[in-house]
Amino acid sequence: MSATATTRPQAAARKRPPLRPQRVLVYVALIAAAALFLLPVYLLIVTGMKSFAEVSLATMWNLPSGIHFDSFQKAWFGQESAGIRGLNSNFLNSILLAIPATIGSAFLGSINGYVLSKWKFPGADLLFTLMLFGMFIPYQSILIPLVQALQRMGLYGSLPGLIFVHIVYGIPITTLIFRNYYAAIPTELIEASKIDGASLLGIYRHILVPISMPAFVVVAIWQFTSVWNDFLFGVIVTSRPNVQPITVALNNMAGSYIVEWNVQMAGSILAALPTLLVYILLGRYFMRGLLAGSLKG
Amino acid sequence: MRQVSRDRLVSILLIIPSVILIGVFVYGFIGFTGYASMTKWASLTPDFTFVGFQNYAKLFTIDRFLISMRNTVNFTVLFLAACLILGLVLALLLDQKVKGEAVFRSIFLFPMAISFIVTGVVWRWLLNPGTMQTGSSGVNLLFEKLGLPFLRSKWFTDPTVIYIRPETAVGQFLNNIGLGWITTPYIGFSVAVISLVIAATWQMSGYTMAMYLAGLRAVPDELREAARVDGANEFQILRHILLPLLRPITLSAVIILGHISLKIFDLVVSMTGPGPAFATDVPAFFMWDTTFRGNNFAQGAAIAIILLIMVAVLVVPYLRYTNRQEAEL
Amino acid sequence: MRKNVSLLVTVLVLLSVALTACAPATTAPSGGQQPAATTAPAQGGETQPAAGGKLEMFSWWTAGGEADGLNAMYEIYKKEHPGVEIVNATVAGGAGTNAKAVLSTRLTGGDPPDSFQLHAGLEVEKYEPEKYLQALNDLYASEGWDKAFPADLITLLKYKDSFWGVPVNIHRSNVLWYNKQVLADNNIEPPKTWDEFFAAAETLKGKGIVPLVIGTKEGWEAGHTFETVLAGVLGADAYNGLWTGATQWTDPKVTEALETLKKVMSYANTDYSALTWSDAAQYLVDGKGAMHIMGDWTDGWFTSKGYKDYGWAPVPGTQGTFVALSDSFAAAKGAKNQENLENWLKVAGSKAGQEAFNPKKGSICARTDCDPALFNEYLKSAMQDWSKDAIVPSVAHGAAAIEKWATVYKDILTTFATNGDVAAAQTSLQQACVDAGVCK
Repeated sequence: MSATATTRPQAAARKRPPLRPQRVLVYVALIAAAALFLLPVYLLIVTGMKSFAEVSLATMWNLPSGIHFDSFQKAWFGQESAGIRGLNSNFLNSILLAIPATIGSAFLGSINGYVLSKWKFPGADLLFTLMLFGMFIPYQSILIPLVQALQRMGLYGSLPGLIFVHIVYGIPITTLIFRNYYAAIPTELIEASKIDGASLLGIYRHILVPISMPAFVVVAIWQFTSVWNDFLFGVIVTSRPNVQPITVALNNMAGSYIVEWNVQMAGSILAALPTLLVYILLGRYFMRGLLAGSLKG
Repeated sequence: MRQVSRDRLVSILLIIPSVILIGVFVYGFIGFTGYASMTKWASLTPDFTFVGFQNYAKLFTIDRFLISMRNTVNFTVLFLAACLILGLVLALLLDQKVKGEAVFRSIFLFPMAISFIVTGVVWRWLLNPGTMQTGSSGVNLLFEKLGLPFLRSKWFTDPTVIYIRPETAVGQFLNNIGLGWITTPYIGFSVAVISLVIAATWQMSGYTMAMYLAGLRAVPDELREAARVDGANEFQILRHILLPLLRPITLSAVIILGHISLKIFDLVVSMTGPGPAFATDVPAFFMWDTTFRGNNFAQGAAIAIILLIMVAVLVVPYLRYTNRQEAEL
Repeated sequence: MRKNVSLLVTVLVLLSVALTACAPATTAPSGGQQPAATTAPAQGGETQPAAGGKLEMFSWWTAGGEADGLNAMYEIYKKEHPGVEIVNATVAGGAGTNAKAVLSTRLTGGDPPDSFQLHAGLEVEKYEPEKYLQALNDLYASEGWDKAFPADLITLLKYKDSFWGVPVNIHRSNVLWYNKQVLADNNIEPPKTWDEFFAAAETLKGKGIVPLVIGTKEGWEAGHTFETVLAGVLGADAYNGLWTGATQWTDPKVTEALETLKKVMSYANTDYSALTWSDAAQYLVDGKGAMHIMGDWTDGWFTSKGYKDYGWAPVPGTQGTFVALSDSFAAAKGAKNQENLENWLKVAGSKAGQEAFNPKKGSICARTDCDPALFNEYLKSAMQDWSKDAIVPSVAHGAAAIEKWATVYKDILTTFATNGDVAAAQTSLQQACVDAGVCK
């Protein structure tokens, strides 16, 4: 986890150079870029706040007259009479999906990482590389047998089935993060415990787990975000609307002609909220996850 | 030493479940898909009559497949270029010891936390062109309001494909030197793909920014100072010192973003669909359509295997390289 | 950071609590489809055969008149069979394409819904009826349906000498909808020929009105428009021949039809690929567009929008031809609630069921004995046409060809709508016919 030092403590302590024209340019460029990045956010929020009466494509950039939650209400609760299915149950599905899937693959990843970094056997590195390949494959190449296998296992179309799928395909990335994390822990520590008679599991439980918290947080954030944001597995594995995660439901909402675009916008905000919250509160760990995802430990 | 051998056994037992899962669900399933791609399975009931590479041969005669392959190449090249350049520029700007760096960083990075589906829904409305007859919407409307109507565009509804037409002088020249085969729309550029690139870059360029920034911070100040003392200007420092040092980062960014872009699916589904004359169609989407809507499993499997091969060509050398590098450590 | 973690946990917990508190309010009515519940009803059905258990009906009718019509039929069923819980399993989006994908996996996975929506005609081939569906010949005999439905429809419904679905309605695909006001303002009569159409279109274009609105976002609409052009240019017999091999796709008339569509597209709104058919119809409602070629579900949609100022005519050249499609309800083999299912199909095929369903759905009855007084002006006119016009099957909606062929057909037309390459499209269309094993 050495590449994560985006904010070196010294950086802040260094003196900022005086404001010269060149630096003004730097700020202008940064502010312009930030404005462009925030453009969709502006549209999302403004649209979400408008009352139904105010919503029209011609005035989509105008500020709302006040704060209304009509669109959110419709996106969240739906409207039975108009055939709009609310996102609330799908939001709950996503939570019920993402949390166990995150815990499950974090657990497996941590064990794999431990064995592959501290109990290397001949061919362990090759095995690790083979595992890692699993995170790059286009999932299209396993979808056909996946559906068949889940049907045989009686898991097709259910939330447990989807959880299982996310755990399995989460193994490569979680293993990677833990392996790199544990690799940085001095082997002497392990060796010393071995001499003291500690067993493999004992070392794991008493030495590694207590110091693994940061890695668990990184993995948890990473997995939570990717499971929450997944669409492909959701749309393939869960066939019924009441089991579907929110990304699938949002896409269906946007795909059906009866739902106004302001409701779609509000739905988007709802679907993005949890991961954004994670990002805002745990941004630093989020960064680490990102950088860990790039293989270099 | 009995302890050690028992631990060895335990370690194997611990990792076996994952090995089996990955073995079956990744490699076993890929094998199954590969096998299915060489059969006649084109309806609900599997038909495993072996037909060799017939499905692959057929694919290369299907208009939609060739178009989607072209689009993927268009998308991948543009998306990589956009993310790398924008990410590097933003990182260089942020590396100027600016005030509020954390705020800017968060702004550039937050789209990463969002699903491609959300990105797609939002950008679909942003880039929805409206019509000349019914008035602009989205950014086109914004351009009008800002007095920049010439910037309006048809975005993802633009069916234009730019390619070398065989009847032009260039086309005829190419034909004469035996390169007539590149004068088709399949080797061209689909303008509508730009809209997808914009949305995807919005989402992913923060990632390259973060990676480059981390890389820049790892460059010792002394190195730059020394160069400045030697009379190098900032551009020369960038060109001769920073960029070479950032090369490994560029490489991993290309791998990570490259495999994402070859697999791109969610964004297409939620933002554009296949588009006019499939101008924004991609193999991942075509595979889904073919397999799960059309029940043509064998052909869907063939598309999936082609996708897998494309990703493998990109990723496998990299994995081998990192594996070997670690072995040397 | 630790503080942040615990803060996050708190927020998540609070959110979930808030969620579970809100959720039941809306999930209760439609949320009867618990995934785990699929195994339970089988037993319920066995112990109390007549009044109990469930009935799962699968469709892509999630909204508007379609959903209203289905609900009206449910009401009748509930009155006759109280105690049966109806599970209304719907999958939205893509004119049923999403739903069909789900349905396929449920059928092969041994977890079929009891009954599901199926276009009458060759679409049934896709579901391998002999393996996955119940033949309904006995039900047809006992309910007298072979006489209640018109002969043309009976022909369409038979596949491999059996009936696989109960038709509930008839839709017409070749309707030209127009904004009365816009046409009147420009002194235009609804065009009867393509020449009249192009003359009118030229006038409208000059006034800054979109002559023909179209949306092709979902991939079937260009194919839909073309089938109506084909039916007009070739005539009913030659059009029918396209699907049986009697007419070749290399026919010069097909070239003419392609040329016509190409010219039609030059009068269309430029953002067609970004719109669904109803987005496009909105232009007509707003008076920004003049005409729209679409099936007669548009009538129901206009009504739901409270829009009244529209007129209709057959698509130019198709006077006397009725391009038809029909929704039917099929019965899955291995249905978990066989008795409830049979009762459901009886309701679907009954006069009362169809009279409840169709006025709301905006379609005419598949039966010939429905009371015209229940229907609105458009539907009354459609009923008349249905009884006297030549009936030909729609390809874009599953009647004329097997799904694989129909899909290729739609893909070719979606490409053609944009690139206008007549020769290439015609070659591909002929090839598709050959691939389907119909043309030589």
